[in-house]
Amino acid sequence: MKILTGNDLKTGDVTWWTGSDWSRHVEDAVDVGESFEAILHEEEAARRVNVPYAIAAEMTDEGPRPAHIKDRVRALGPTVRPDLTLKPADPEAGNWVI
Amino acid sequence: MYQYDKYDQKMVDTRVAEFRDQVERRLAGELTEDQFKPLRLMNGLYLQLHAYMLRVAIPYGTLSGKQMRMLGHIARKYDRDYGHFTTRQNIQYNWIKLEDAPDILADLASVEMHAIQTSGNCIRNISSDQYAGAAADEISDPRPWAEILRQWSSFHPEFSYLPRKFKIAVIASDEDRAAMRLHDIGIQLIHKDGELGAKFFVGGGMGRTPMIGPEIRDFVPADELISYAEACLRVYNRYGRRDNKYKARIKILVHELGKEEYTRQVEEEFAHMKTLGLNPPVEELARISEYFADPAFEPDASDDLDLSDPDFKLWVDQNTVEHKQAGYAIAVISLKPQGGIPGDASSAQIDLMADLAEQYSFDELRVTHSQNIVLPHVKKSDLYALWQKLDEAGLAPANLDLITDSIACPGLDYCSLANARSIPLAQKISERFADLGRQRELGELKLKISGCINACGHHHAGHIGILGVDRKGTENYQLLLGGSAAEDTSLAKITGPGFSEDGVIDAIETVTDLYLKERQEDERFIDTYRRVGMAAFKEAIYG
Repeated sequence: MKILTGNDLKTGDVTWWTGSDWSRHVEDAVDVGESFEAILHEEEAARRVNVPYAIAAEMTDEGPRPAHIKDRVRALGPTVRPDLTLKPADPEAGNWVI
Repeated sequence: MYQYDKYDQKMVDTRVAEFRDQVERRLAGELTEDQFKPLRLMNGLYLQLHAYMLRVAIPYGTLSGKQMRMLGHIARKYDRDYGHFTTRQNIQYNWIKLEDAPDILADLASVEMHAIQTSGNCIRNISSDQYAGAAADEISDPRPWAEILRQWSSFHPEFSYLPRKFKIAVIASDEDRAAMRLHDIGIQLIHKDGELGAKFFVGGGMGRTPMIGPEIRDFVPADELISYAEACLRVYNRYGRRDNKYKARIKILVHELGKEEYTRQVEEEFAHMKTLGLNPPVEELARISEYFADPAFEPDASDDLDLSDPDFKLWVDQNTVEHKQAGYAIAVISLKPQGGIPGDASSAQIDLMADLAEQYSFDELRVTHSQNIVLPHVKKSDLYALWQKLDEAGLAPANLDLITDSIACPGLDYCSLANARSIPLAQKISERFADLGRQRELGELKLKISGCINACGHHHAGHIGILGVDRKGTENYQLLLGGSAAEDTSLAKITGPGFSEDGVIDAIETVTDLYLKERQEDERFIDTYRRVGMAAFKEAIYG
């Protein structure tokens, strides 16, 4: 599957395309298949996202999991600062990245 | 310390206003990201893995207490309560909002700081010896020259679009504490026949093609130093490659032309430059130098120290350095606590270091390229009180230059260029070698970790270096041995096939065990490696 990601223009936060909006949580991402160029163009033009792009991912029981470790670090946050990740209460969250 | 004159302040304030307008236009949709990106980068604002990242210039690593406190304020108000001191003597904030960036730059400008030229193909922040003005072994203070170079290179119209980024270091002692020969230009101040001048080394660097800068001039008179630097840059700007960013650094030009031909062209340009009268007027040199006059040292300060507290004694032994003034010491604050993140400091720690600088070090701090903080002028009789306050704040690891005093780039935890994480490796090594007695038994051991080939973690220059790579989507770590960023500059060599995270830590333990077995007398790790050679270490690691 392919999912779309980018950064929020104002805050720089990592965001994921939900099909109608952008979410901070990769679990909300939807498969866009191969027809994503129009979405990227439209969303960037509307300044709802900065430098969006498509990445490969696989669907798991917990939702989409980016194929590359770099995107998984983007999705979670820095593995060396669990308190700054999106799952600060889960000390094992970093294992999802690796 | 240097203080801005009205021109410096006006330039910085004007840039803040200009960037505020650019940000507003970006947020209003009047600028696309393609249009805005070069503008934000000129102001040190990157877009990294998780957010915008702001890199703030700390000129030659020198800060006042007020400036340091402002860095803490920015961490607290605009970021997530911490900052990361870098291997370029700067500080980076990892969680900046675009809409806050102009206010941050305005706050920086209020204490004579900025983020200009911390990105882009221009002359970056000048680096220098973190012990400048305090070291017992320097022949002159390099800071006035670093400041003159800063002024010359700031907004230099001819050098704003070089083929690639450009880094200059200035030192003034035979001991190199600034990795001088691994810079695009390395300048070593020397005396020759009683006259102050400089040796020039050009074409050093790390990155994907590491090179040690060759000496191209054994003496440039001090008053011609800027002209000579300008000649070096002019030849590079004219002939450096712009068709391939991986071959665009000056080291490639010097290598491809050959040192002799590059030098010939520089000398030709230099002869021309001397006819233009571009050297700073003598009065300006004198004016700048006055800012770096010695503080009011107490002439009768005592060298006596009560070392009856064993923990304090360990810290004094390891983390203080001889000062040029009797009764004083240079104190190094290690930002490498056990299991910690190299170079990170919380806003509270930053504030405390600012307070301690004001109280104990004539209001001065330095950032080192090893990601530590220096209080350059501490009266020995104040060391115990200083150490107690540092210890309470977790800022007194007694590990300067030991294996746990590692350099690590932000790596894949923060950096969009990285292929592998660096920080977890530094943390695990710090845990594995936590026993201070064991660290001291190993002695001086420079461990440097980069998460990609761009080498921000200086892995080529580590006695032990680690390079993180991406092997089919998995983090893998290459081990290197034999590098040095000091006056015995050398480039580390890869031992062989890479390792997993745990595997490379085991391999490090293997090589340190071999070192202890093979060590003769007071050899450091690097000395034993050079004497014994790579083969023995490879045999120990791979069998």
